[in-house]
Amino acid sequence: MIKLNELDELLFTIKKQFDYDFSDYSKASMLRRVNRFMDINNMKTSVDLKFELINNPTIFQNFINEIVVNVSEFFRDPSFFKSLHEKVFPYLDSYPKINIWTAGCSFGEETYSLNILLKENNLFPKTRIYATDISRNAIEQSKKGIYDNTNFKDYTKNYYECGGKESLKNYFVSDEKHSMINSEFKQNILFSNHNLVADSVFKECQLILCRNVLIYFNSKLQNKAFELFYDSLPVHGFLAIGKKESLRFSSVYENFKEIDREEKIYQKIR
Amino acid sequence: MKPEIIIIGGSAGAFDTILSILNNLDKSIDTPIVIVLHRLKNSNSSFESILQRSTHYTVKEIDDKEKIEKGFIYTAPANYHLLLEENYTFSLDVSELVNFSRPSIDITFESFSILLKEKCCGILLSGSNHDGAIGLKIMAENNGKTIIQDCDEAEFAIMPKAAKNIYNKHQELNTKDIINTLNNEYN
Repeated sequence: MIKLNELDELLFTIKKQFDYDFSDYSKASMLRRVNRFMDINNMKTSVDLKFELINNPTIFQNFINEIVVNVSEFFRDPSFFKSLHEKVFPYLDSYPKINIWTAGCSFGEETYSLNILLKENNLFPKTRIYATDISRNAIEQSKKGIYDNTNFKDYTKNYYECGGKESLKNYFVSDEKHSMINSEFKQNILFSNHNLVADSVFKECQLILCRNVLIYFNSKLQNKAFELFYDSLPVHGFLAIGKKESLRFSSVYENFKEIDREEKIYQKIR
Repeated sequence: MKPEIIIIGGSAGAFDTILSILNNLDKSIDTPIVIVLHRLKNSNSSFESILQRSTHYTVKEIDDKEKIEKGFIYTAPANYHLLLEENYTFSLDVSELVNFSRPSIDITFESFSILLKEKCCGILLSGSNHDGAIGLKIMAENNGKTIIQDCDEAEFAIMPKAAKNIYNKHQELNTKDIINTLNNEYN
């Protein structure tokens, strides 16, 4: 177990050695992740951890994969997807081509959920989705699109709650333990490694989905990410963040209007 | 300055106890209260509005990076873990379930007590799993005030019992004595 003061030192070492800057991540959450990683890997002190990170190249990548939270579900917050469908899709439909960015895509659940809705609403053929994550492992897993069957009961419930009319399982190929998303849902997605902290705008997108990613940042870094999103959106483009996240304290707040206050969907107006 | 804070954790059978604690707190008390109650995700329940009817505080579901203020009761949102940052703002997290729960009471008790130490008061109420026991022990070890609901009174005693089993120096109080203790301590 390490303490908060040791965490700062550790993050400083990581920044110097590996050029990954976690210094403006949320400390409370980071402390838990690091301690969890040490626990799983049987490391007792921060000296043990630093030694392994520096001397064992594979351990560092594992460390990044583990400390970045990659827990998600299909159609998390059904009311959000319902609102997206009702309030944002009609706008998107007015574009001949649609670009969407799912920032911090974890293992792809959110991106594929969105893609299923796009398909059901005939927006699929003209949409390109850019799905990014800081973790290479997350990107690899997303590309595979294979999910444990244990949670599908919840996913199906979510899907119906957001207005789904098909059988969710039809969109997957399943065996006893796992389900893989049908390959057609992978065709229009480009998965890639992107760091919201260090990298810049790569594509203009009419919709950016970044839900429950910014909670891992402190306010300063959140603001930086909001500026990046602002720069990536055309006027009238949409930004969706997590239900308990807030754009209000960011420098770009005045340039957005609320489309759905409860579901945290915003539109760039200037 | 380190804020003082009261954290109430509970699960099955805790809701009525929470209401009666809030109803009977002296009106002069404004120490911030955080409530971590296991509840269904996606439920658009009227939890906050029911609490609001029972208290002189302002009840608010927590937003990420929000500051702790006096006179507020904060509820942990469903489907997020609740932690505390060094600058005493709330921080949310959607990492793995802990004790089959998100929010997990263990996580909140631990995260708040390692920063706030003796300024924390943790109260663990009725519930039918073991969440909160480890966190409450950590809080006690950080010199926080720790209370479990009287195991004979709790509708589901598994939760307070689990806390008692791993640490036997928590105060075990019934609802009336919890109220008296808070009124004496924070007035």
